[in-house]
Amino acid sequence: MTKVVASAAEAVGDIRDGATILVGGFGMAGMPARLMDALISHGARDLTIVSNNAGNGDTGLAALLKTKRVKKIVCSFPRQADSYVFDGLFRAGEIALEVVPQGNLVERIRAAGAGIGAFYTPTGHGTLLADGKETRTIDGRDYVLEYPIRADVAIIKAFKADRWGNLIYRKAARNFGPVMAMAAACTIAQVDEVVTLGALDPESIVTPGIFVHRVVHI
Amino acid sequence: MKWTRDQMAARVARDIPEGAYVNLGIGLPTLVANHLAREKEIFLHSENGLLGMGPAPPPGQEDWDLTNAGKQPVTLVTGGSFFSHADSFAMIRGGHIDICVLGAFQVSVTGDLANWHTGEADTIPAVGGAMDLAVGARKVYVMMEHVTKKAEPKIVERCTYPLTAARCVSRIYTDLAVLDITPDGLSLVDIVDGLAFEEVERVTGRIAKR
Repeated sequence: MTKVVASAAEAVGDIRDGATILVGGFGMAGMPARLMDALISHGARDLTIVSNNAGNGDTGLAALLKTKRVKKIVCSFPRQADSYVFDGLFRAGEIALEVVPQGNLVERIRAAGAGIGAFYTPTGHGTLLADGKETRTIDGRDYVLEYPIRADVAIIKAFKADRWGNLIYRKAARNFGPVMAMAAACTIAQVDEVVTLGALDPESIVTPGIFVHRVVHI
Repeated sequence: MKWTRDQMAARVARDIPEGAYVNLGIGLPTLVANHLAREKEIFLHSENGLLGMGPAPPPGQEDWDLTNAGKQPVTLVTGGSFFSHADSFAMIRGGHIDICVLGAFQVSVTGDLANWHTGEADTIPAVGGAMDLAVGARKVYVMMEHVTKKAEPKIVERCTYPLTAARCVSRIYTDLAVLDITPDGLSLVDIVDGLAFEEVERVTGRIAKR
């Protein structure tokens, strides 16, 4: 049994038009840039992307956006000093945007991975981002009902993997990886190194292989 | 007579106790880290998944897997840790962060905070972790200039910008004064040396003197 595939192209080869894709990373830390490149070559379109940011510079997610094959992005912080690709598309009306508070974003993804139907969160209550949403007061505190974000595919970057798909990450590049890995029908991890089974300390495995379907050594 | 940005940061740093878990927002609050006394052990949290965040590395030693919430390279102190975004926001929303220092466009006298969006039609909204920090941290301190560049008040009866969260701010640090938000309104904690109390009230509204 091995989840290691030979190439980035093979790893993303069956992603369909219209797919919802979770893309890991916080800015460029943890951004699976090579898998983004493979997805661009693959050519899938009408994609919905869920990621913390809306691309930085011209590489990774920004390069995918530039192809105009993304119809919608769900993120917490699209506008950055180097998000000019997204900014241009948004101002031209060529991409839809859903802004989600960062904690709600990660919890909505986690909820999908953990089989939670919906959850009440204090974040966003009484703001524009909770307009039209159900609310409830629990023990005197106000909450907003938020729903899971399920995805067809998660594309993440990790540091090391074994052939069962167990993952460890490097420093703050971990960020969304472990959560996104849980929440997609197919999770694809770009890794710096594939090690032999048993080489990862079981006490230190961050994402157990059950959440990972394909591993590509870049 | 005004405090400089560094003097404001030093004033905030003075109020952060040993052992506190602290999140510093992007912009002005980031400066607070430079003024924390070395003899105090204070844990800096960064929402992208760091506890025990240290200063920027020397030029040439940047590690782009080790960045802060503003995506700038940082370091990790001895004893620091890395964790996922879910754990990071559990720390924030679960009430485990003692103090969060945030910038603001406006703060109301009842502690409403507006700091994420001007609401103008041509701006691209971006919220990041601001709403989570505002509702989740045990104490929310705001650090900002007392008035705008056009001399308009930033401490207001009611925020006109879109809210980040209602009734969440407990203290405001400006370039003129430090003010607590109490059930009875604003209360003076500190003021720039030599600045008349009436001068601060003139650009603020009614303030109770301790």
